[in-house]
Amino acid sequence: MIKFPGTNADLDVVWVLRNVVSLDASVVWFKEFKGKSYDAIVLPGGFSYGDWLRAGAIAARSKVIDEVIDASSNGVPILGICNGFQILTEAGLLPGALITNDSGKFLCKWVKVRVKRPRGPWLKLAYDDMTVDMPIAHGEGRYYIDSEVEHSPVIKYYGHNPNGSLFDIAGIASNDGLVMGLMPHPERAAEPELVPTGYTAGGLVVWRSLATSLKEGW
Amino acid sequence: MYVVEVIITNKGHVRDPEGETIYRDLIIKRGYTNVAGIRSGKYLKFHVQSDSCKAAVEYVKELCYKLRIYNPIVHDVEVRASGQSSCD
Repeated sequence: MIKFPGTNADLDVVWVLRNVVSLDASVVWFKEFKGKSYDAIVLPGGFSYGDWLRAGAIAARSKVIDEVIDASSNGVPILGICNGFQILTEAGLLPGALITNDSGKFLCKWVKVRVKRPRGPWLKLAYDDMTVDMPIAHGEGRYYIDSEVEHSPVIKYYGHNPNGSLFDIAGIASNDGLVMGLMPHPERAAEPELVPTGYTAGGLVVWRSLATSLKEGW
Repeated sequence: MYVVEVIITNKGHVRDPEGETIYRDLIIKRGYTNVAGIRSGKYLKFHVQSDSCKAAVEYVKELCYKLRIYNPIVHDVEVRASGQSSCD
């Protein structure tokens, strides 16, 4: 977990990795990060640099992101959640941009999303058209891209598009699935105690996929 | 010292909820119906040491692009010398 000033979901992710899927995980301050030391990298949610200039824009230009880019070219799985997803798009590691919700409001609610073309370490155990439940919590989650995504794995809002994202996109990965970004929070949907009535712990598939992938490959 | 202004707005085809809300719920609601529309944006003022006005503007243009002060996927940007439309 890379922690920037303003990152606040880092310990939630560590908790799930350690206690739910039994992986060794730690929070690393962005200035102390050394890319070659880790089997996978997560950029957790929060408000890096207070969302100043634009959500993710300042963190995306920090030196640690050069290390993340190096790690991705060496085959290290990278996941950006919420503000982490915004950082990955601002850094150019994932296509598109995330802008203010079309309602203008901060949205905090559970949603249903559908997985398309699952591939790679983060979605190894998912199947095409699998519906999963996770909560969103963002003000800038409207995904913008010039044209429909044809090849890479995507995760789409299912039933209701809460924020005006083009093509209902809630998450997207690189073609090989190695780098993935999600606006919904899989770490808040990985234990039954945290799941409201009518929903299931949809984030589990992401963490179980990672645990399986790190042991068996993907 | 030169002052260079940077104005960042969403591209024309990218919706701007803040501008729409100001327009709909304030301007039109309070009767200023000659206003045809509003786009909101972000304004940055750079104080730049430079030999000339043109060089200062070019310097800021370059840094805006390289540091991604605006996001070219969704934004238009205007970089100009303060208080005037050109350095001339």
